[in-house]
Amino acid sequence: MQIRREAIAGTLESSDVLIKMEPSGHPLEVILSSPVKAQYGASIEAQVRQWLNEAGVSVGRVELEDKGALDCTIMARLKTCLARASEPEKAEGGQA
Amino acid sequence: MDKVLKDIKQALQLAGLRDGMTLSFHHHLRNGDFVLNQVLAAADQLGFRDLHVNTSSLFDIHAPLIELIRRGVVTHLECNYMSARIGREISHGLLEDPVIFRTHGGRPADIAQGRSPIDIAFIAAPTADKMGNISGKYGPSACGSLGYAMADAAYAKKVVAVTDHLVPYPLADVSISETDVDYVVEIDRIGNPEGIVSGTTKITRDPIGLLMAQYACRAIDASGLLKDGFSFQTGAGGASLATAAFLKDLMLEKKIHGSFGMGGITAYLVQMLEEGCFESLMDVQCFDLEAVRSIREDRRHCEVSALKYAGPRPDVKSSLVDNLDVVILGATEMDKDFNVNVHTNSQGEIMGGSGGHSDTAAGAKMAMIIAPLIRARLPLIVDQLACISTPGESIDCLVTQYGLAVNPRREDLLARFKEAKLPLLTMEELQQKAESFSGKPQPLDLSGRVVGKVRYRDGRIISELHEVKD
Amino acid sequence: MRRSMMFLPGNSPSMLINGCVLPADSLILDLEDAVAPDQKDAARELVRGALEHFDFGRREIVVRINDLESPYWEADLATILPGRPSVLMPPKVASGATIQKLAAALGAKEKELGLADGCFKILPLIETAMGVEKALEIAQASPRVVALFLGGEDLSADLRCPRTKEGKEIFYARTRLIVAARASGIDVIDTPFTDTDDLEGLKKDASFARSLGFSGKAVISPRHLETVNQVFSPGEKEILWAKDVMAVIAEGKRLGKGAVSLHGKMVDKPIVMRAEQILATARAIEEVR
Repeated sequence: MQIRREAIAGTLESSDVLIKMEPSGHPLEVILSSPVKAQYGASIEAQVRQWLNEAGVSVGRVELEDKGALDCTIMARLKTCLARASEPEKAEGGQA
Repeated sequence: MDKVLKDIKQALQLAGLRDGMTLSFHHHLRNGDFVLNQVLAAADQLGFRDLHVNTSSLFDIHAPLIELIRRGVVTHLECNYMSARIGREISHGLLEDPVIFRTHGGRPADIAQGRSPIDIAFIAAPTADKMGNISGKYGPSACGSLGYAMADAAYAKKVVAVTDHLVPYPLADVSISETDVDYVVEIDRIGNPEGIVSGTTKITRDPIGLLMAQYACRAIDASGLLKDGFSFQTGAGGASLATAAFLKDLMLEKKIHGSFGMGGITAYLVQMLEEGCFESLMDVQCFDLEAVRSIREDRRHCEVSALKYAGPRPDVKSSLVDNLDVVILGATEMDKDFNVNVHTNSQGEIMGGSGGHSDTAAGAKMAMIIAPLIRARLPLIVDQLACISTPGESIDCLVTQYGLAVNPRREDLLARFKEAKLPLLTMEELQQKAESFSGKPQPLDLSGRVVGKVRYRDGRIISELHEVKD
Repeated sequence: MRRSMMFLPGNSPSMLINGCVLPADSLILDLEDAVAPDQKDAARELVRGALEHFDFGRREIVVRINDLESPYWEADLATILPGRPSVLMPPKVASGATIQKLAAALGAKEKELGLADGCFKILPLIETAMGVEKALEIAQASPRVVALFLGGEDLSADLRCPRTKEGKEIFYARTRLIVAARASGIDVIDTPFTDTDDLEGLKKDASFARSLGFSGKAVISPRHLETVNQVFSPGEKEILWAKDVMAVIAEGKRLGKGAVSLHGKMVDKPIVMRAEQILATARAIEEVR
């Protein structure tokens, strides 16, 4: 899969994470902000990279604004976000 | 004769302030206190440097202190509690000299025994007369009890009352007497009474908090301590207050007449007094304006000094904590030996302190910690604490939403809780449970230089706080 | 045992994790009304993650999917079923055909996942006038149906009457569902009480529902769980009575008597069945504690 367009998934509520993806033309960039970065930052980043790698994503920018989400929540939001970001450009507004 | 001076500067000069001296304050006006900032600003304007500040607690409103420390006006801090705004700066290396953290009982004992001498004590006085008779119960900035200020008033070399409500002499209902007070200064406002209400004095609606409160109440019921003569303390905080609310219903239902409620007093304890759950309230500070009203109007609601509240033996012959049955306390982190950290957040940054935590834990027959097993992913139980605020040997049980853990030393409690079919786990099991959700956290880096020392109520330094790297 | 069935919004991580500790007999993870149309995809993944990773203990896990007229239900099933929820709750069910359609989809998915045929159960949510009238047909449409579930809010809208606390407007629907469910040998669950602060009103409403024959009640606020569990648990007196019934039956058997009586009242088969149910529920509650 590829990050073809901008997409977001998740929320900024406690125990959730807001993920933004956008195409960048550069090698995959993962940016994490989190109140638990000291305890879990390295493990979150590694998992996100591994999962995106397995999904075939090697280009783009992924930003995670974490509010203490568990791994399974981060993965769920990541899947949703990538599904949204990899859809071909949607017909919007008046465009056919 | 009267002791009224024209302003704080004059008081500082007449009291003989010099560089290097120790000024003391108290925190009954909590996050609404104007006095500490005004006194230190005046000392700065007079050009004094290298001042030492000893106060019962520091709140975010005292943030101007940060700049005074940067400029060398203040070079040393001692307190029992420090909220996050100043705490973060201290943890990131603001002050060279480590902050000395005491307990609410240890501080007045050290002052009384001369181990921590005070040169000039400033008493934020909601009401005072011209000779320095002081009450916290009246006036536009009424805060109720002045329990933490009493040792300062009794033992400091010079004592200055700062008031915004000067009344005719002699004030009848007195908390601190003219016999201890040197000067009186009148200013516009000593504080904002709305600031004395801490943010956490409401019963939680959070289902997890309520679930923990139900377990806590069942545990108290099962402990064998809930009978006529029962004494109880709970802090402010959603789940603790919810426990008090459930406990009230239980005491009324079982027609149990308790002896006393204690601590920082909230509206909920006042309600328990008024509905007959207790004979009296022992109040070292008021947490809300309803408590202030009650201490003013109800003779059963008594003001007590910090020394009587929590003073450690042998510095005092006895204190109220030694006669406490149950205390409910919080924790930001614990280890498997029941040691508790209430000084720092998960990053190791200071955002609290013992207050009366370790005093009441040491005294009470059952010291109960109530805390969620996981807070925004972070497990409560960790391998290594950033700081030990209260030693685990004084903690009897932990209540979480997943169940309770009992200190193995308390086999009697364990048997009683089993009998009551409370959900019991070991600390190891609770830790595993949390890590099954969250994963194992990376330990904090505790190699930074020492920025704070935790002085237990018996005078031992039981833990050190380390600088947090950016 | 389904004394209390608690709804949890499917797109809220913090509420889903609360489900691991709340004292509900069943949890209903909601993909329908609690999730906005543009977040259905996100909620499905989140619920799937919760199903796979959270330890819900003994609680029965139900997923409320979107109705079978909507464009969402097939994607709901595709994402959710690998997480193996026990029960699927289709909303707005108005005919047996809807249940059969869902049952067929579940059967196909069971094969695909290599699961036993019939392992996914169905809990139809009946919340339209037509659904109430066809309650018996719905209850008997598939052996997968484990209970009927009354939704009073949507129903009163469909009936064009105001929804009241007294609930006279849903009395017929309540009794109709109870009769249809009991005639089919399955459970029947009452609509939630929606005023979260009125615990007295809740107790009254739940007690009335139990007296009519409901097995349990839906719950939308965690603060209602204790009351609802209590109302739908047999009381001490009931348990004592049931034990007495079983004792006189045993005694009768021992003495070879055909008919026995308790407190001058003939103990016949329905009485024995009632006593057995009470004791079974009491045992189940004891296990949950």
